[in-house]
Amino acid sequence: MSTATEHTPPSPAASVRLPGALRVGLSRGWLEIREFAHEWESVIFTFSLPSLILVMFSSVFDGMFGTDVAAVDYYLPGLVAMGLMSVSFQTLGTTVANERERGGLRRLRGTPMPPSAYFVGKTVLVLFLALGQVALLLGVAALAFDARLPDDPASWATLAWVFALGTVACSLLGIAVSSLARSVRSASGVVVLPFLVLQFVSGIFVPVAALPDRVLDAASLFPLLWMAQGLRAAFLPAGMAALEHGGSWDLPSVALALGAWCVVGLALVPLTFRWRTRKDG
Amino acid sequence: MSETAIEVHDLRKRYGGNEAVAGIDLSVPRGEVFALLGPNGAGKSTTVEILEGFRRRDDGTVRVLGADPGTAGRRWRSRVGVVWQGETMLPQLTVREVVRHFAGYHPLPHDPDTVIDLVGLGGRARARVTSLSGGQRRRLDVALGIVGGPELLFLDEPTTGFDPRARRDFWEMVGGLSRGGTTIVLTTHYLEEAEALADRVCVIARGRVRAQGSPSTLGGRASARATVSWTDGGERRETRTDEPTRVVGELATLFSGEVPELSVHRPTLEEVYLDLISDEGDGGGALDRDGGRSAGRRASA
Repeated sequence: MSTATEHTPPSPAASVRLPGALRVGLSRGWLEIREFAHEWESVIFTFSLPSLILVMFSSVFDGMFGTDVAAVDYYLPGLVAMGLMSVSFQTLGTTVANERERGGLRRLRGTPMPPSAYFVGKTVLVLFLALGQVALLLGVAALAFDARLPDDPASWATLAWVFALGTVACSLLGIAVSSLARSVRSASGVVVLPFLVLQFVSGIFVPVAALPDRVLDAASLFPLLWMAQGLRAAFLPAGMAALEHGGSWDLPSVALALGAWCVVGLALVPLTFRWRTRKDG
Repeated sequence: MSETAIEVHDLRKRYGGNEAVAGIDLSVPRGEVFALLGPNGAGKSTTVEILEGFRRRDDGTVRVLGADPGTAGRRWRSRVGVVWQGETMLPQLTVREVVRHFAGYHPLPHDPDTVIDLVGLGGRARARVTSLSGGQRRRLDVALGIVGGPELLFLDEPTTGFDPRARRDFWEMVGGLSRGGTTIVLTTHYLEEAEALADRVCVIARGRVRAQGSPSTLGGRASARATVSWTDGGERRETRTDEPTRVVGELATLFSGEVPELSVHRPTLEEVYLDLISDEGDGGGALDRDGGRSAGRRASA
């Protein structure tokens, strides 16, 4: 609403300063992190799933690739991409729909919380989960399977910008998609199902070299394929680029696609975000 | 500062072809407990939501704490507490963590622990929100509504589903808030709740104010005709009168002593209410019914 009031000069007791959006937002982020940690199901099924898949694939498929790249090395970047999309797109898509449906958002609008603080809180939550997700996956891969991690600053830089652009794009899309859900139940259909389909067509479980062109063309309309490709560029040796769809890492296209989704998300969120359900007006 | 907490003139709101609020005038002085009564769909929720700033009005003027709720900002919001109808999602943490967090939204909050004690949750401050009973959940809702130290508190059907004991305890707490100077706007389906808490009651039906007044005088209740009934030769007789004492005296003479099954009945708040919200065609229906029946729960069921 009025952001001007946050900057009113300090005056005597009658008008004590309202708490600033950043302060309230950080407090919300801390609240959301504690809430997330209390929810066993989401910790196990949302947060740990990519690591569990990594453990299974690395054990089961070891040695099945003709290349000198180990299964863990091949799957790690894709599962990092999946993990990032999970903690951003899936977590926000379902939790925001749940908060809206069960009146949590309406309750917040009845307080002097600045609306921007809500989004600051979500940013803090997703940043925390995304960093934790990457740390968990890299930790499991390196400690249990002796996976190769990026070994030069340029690769870490690639990891960093793909992480940032991909997570921002998926977070915005998750918040936008939450508005499509008319109930908590339909949220899992609107959020989880498309995400699952994307995992299969974007080269997370099935290597891109094995996917038909038409499938890849369709998947390339969405962010997950580009996140995985950008992360493979960061993790895998240069020679592996030949196995990509276009025969190279094509980082400019990765940046362009993810950047475009950030812009689309930024446009969609203000258009679609509602603090209440349709039934309560 | 203005002595009036809420001032409403000719408020109107239309949904499609249905005029949910059809010209309502209200004035609530500071410090009052003001109850809004009315059947479902009468326009009372719409009215309250406009006052809370959650719905736009089509026409009329509204001032709440001196501002238009439709355009008021965060500072106004910090002076108004809202306790929503029904169960509203809360962070899944402990009572104390949740109240402390919400206190942080306000410029000058009360001490969270004091508020938790005030609503009677002192013993459950460290309990998880999920472990609270329905009544305790509602008390926590109130704690979140008052932790910012509001001048005006909206309570929307706060005791629905309470057992009688929990309801009385809740009324005690609301009474305490009111004595502390908080203006309270209460919507309820329970007539005895309005009677126990409200300084003034406003009955809304079909988008209009049907009557306003103290619970004891609403709708001419204090001066309403009394119903005197008795049994004569095994047959129940009754008469409505402005002078019940004279009628009883005459009956005493007639029966020369004890009048069989004598009762003198004045309308309860519930009967007045039912009369006010009944449609023009069958006006007075509630008052004509057997007056001996005590205020039952049928109307609110």
